[in-house]
Amino acid sequence: MKSLSSASPREAAANLAILALLILGPWAALSAGHPFYVTLATKAAILALAATGLHLALGLGGLVSFGHAAFFGLGGYAAGILAAHAGSGEALILGWAGSREILTMILAAMGLALLAALPIGAISLRTSGVYFLMITLAFAQMIYYFALSWPAYGGDDGLSFRRGIFPGLNSARPLPYFWICLGALLIGLALFQILRASRFGTALEATRQNPQRVEALGIEPFGLRLTAFALSAMMVGAAGALFANLNRFASPSMLSWQMSGELIVLILLGGRGRLLGPTAGAVLFVAMEHVLGGWTERWQFFLGLAVLGVAVFARGGLLGLIAGGRRDG
Amino acid sequence: MSGISPLSFALLLEQLLNGLQLGVMLFLMAAGLTLIFGVMGVINLAHGSLYMIGAFACAAVAAATGSYWLGLGAALAAAAAAGALIEATILRRLYGRDHLEQVLATFALILIISEGTRWIFGGFPLFLDVPPLLQGAAPLPGGGAYPVYRLAIIGVGAAAALGLHLLISRTRLGMRIRAGESDREMIGALGVEIGRLYTLVFALGAALAGLAGGMIGALQSVQVGMGEPMLILAFVVIVIGGIGSIWGALVGAVLVGVVDTMGRFLLPKAFALAWPPSEASAMGAAVASLLIYLLMAVILALRPQGLFGAASR
Repeated sequence: MKSLSSASPREAAANLAILALLILGPWAALSAGHPFYVTLATKAAILALAATGLHLALGLGGLVSFGHAAFFGLGGYAAGILAAHAGSGEALILGWAGSREILTMILAAMGLALLAALPIGAISLRTSGVYFLMITLAFAQMIYYFALSWPAYGGDDGLSFRRGIFPGLNSARPLPYFWICLGALLIGLALFQILRASRFGTALEATRQNPQRVEALGIEPFGLRLTAFALSAMMVGAAGALFANLNRFASPSMLSWQMSGELIVLILLGGRGRLLGPTAGAVLFVAMEHVLGGWTERWQFFLGLAVLGVAVFARGGLLGLIAGGRRDG
Repeated sequence: MSGISPLSFALLLEQLLNGLQLGVMLFLMAAGLTLIFGVMGVINLAHGSLYMIGAFACAAVAAATGSYWLGLGAALAAAAAAGALIEATILRRLYGRDHLEQVLATFALILIISEGTRWIFGGFPLFLDVPPLLQGAAPLPGGGAYPVYRLAIIGVGAAAALGLHLLISRTRLGMRIRAGESDREMIGALGVEIGRLYTLVFALGAALAGLAGGMIGALQSVQVGMGEPMLILAFVVIVIGGIGSIWGALVGAVLVGVVDTMGRFLLPKAFALAWPPSEASAMGAAVASLLIYLLMAVILALRPQGLFGAASR
């Protein structure tokens, strides 16, 4: 098994190119008078953050969750509910009437994701493999149907709200909001790298590669996995809050199984086990969606073909193609 | 107006039969999924798409020829053919690989098949009539009546379960399927042409999904996206029953079908005893939609391998 922390020179170059594209692209687009591309890049950055969050569980821990849309959607609803209460002045809990601060929304989103991830993880982690995948999916569906049928926060219509505010930046404008989301992504990537290099990360990767040996060393995999699952859920929840703020709308579709599938697709499209794999996947996915969508109404058909091609032929994803070789990590 | 009427025996029986009919549909889906996973070790997210293909084939052929029965035959044939094609061209390359790659490939297949179907049939739903032979209602004990067509679905499901049981326990093909489930490499080494067996098992599973899709067309509109809710319910079924177990799929399917239907029927009434009718029906509906997932969580907490699953996998 290859060492995970050392990126090959070609991968390092690809990483730099992806970050440069993500940072300079929107700025260039705005100067050229295409503000729409700023929104597109913001979407890519948020999806990259969500996929990086899932990558913590799926890449490091080998926990193939097909239910992370639950945390993405809960994050979105946390933002929407805080904004709705701040708008109406109606008390949410203990006389507190919500908030319009994006930072508060992110904290609430992470808290809510943690609250949901602990019981979901504790039950789902009793199983492994395909069972784990199906159970996480089922829990996400449970929350999805609950959001659809619970009328207090919009039910199946979703929840519209005004985008939150941010200290020192006019978050209502596209470019400043992009900087906020890009900053969140960079923090997420840094956290991913720090966790991976830590003792926790080493032990977690060991549970993926050989749980029996880890147990023989006296480490209980369950606790490591549950921690990874919860951290992963919190990062995805934060991304959900940013996504809902981007669209000014918390939608039940954020909780749907397609969203869970999309997050997995982003990771595998970019390259599993690589720091910027999920980011590369998100940029590629959003770009393909946009280009194919402008070219044909049937873009999902061709997107499916492209993803199928990656699954069958390009097992290391985009970064695997560039850097050569596949990574199990 | 509130829809909360006193319980009668006839109504209860009708709902119970509705639950059984949903259970039959779920069994036809889950049996294929669990068979394919048991023999090939593949997780097929596109199983719902095969159900949709069956429904569209049935509706289109029935509309063109005027015969529901030709439509149902077409549903079986189209789904089986699509299944065999998918197995032979794509999934065959993914055996023995990580489940993650199978998830990715079959997720992509959902996108392709859904958009392809929309391409061919347009965005509007298709409709299918109940065949003349099965129209009307049969009297129920207690004074009610129940549609003959739904009773026929329950009958077909029972027949399919029995047929599948006989196929697996009594025939040469069934013997090979069981052998494949317990040791894939060994039966290849013993000279069974494993590629053909895999294609056959996949086509069989696909045909069962197509049969369910063809039958449901006369009860609800046929449209793109109809397969995935059934797929997810079928996942719940096989997780409850134990992956790889046909018997578990049957028990799980009936359990999920009946619990879901009865929950939606009874919970709003139960809540109405304590809350005003309008709130009770909203709350009852919300809780009822979670009921089967709660059931799954409880069963897994007690038996992680499902009701009839092997103790370790």
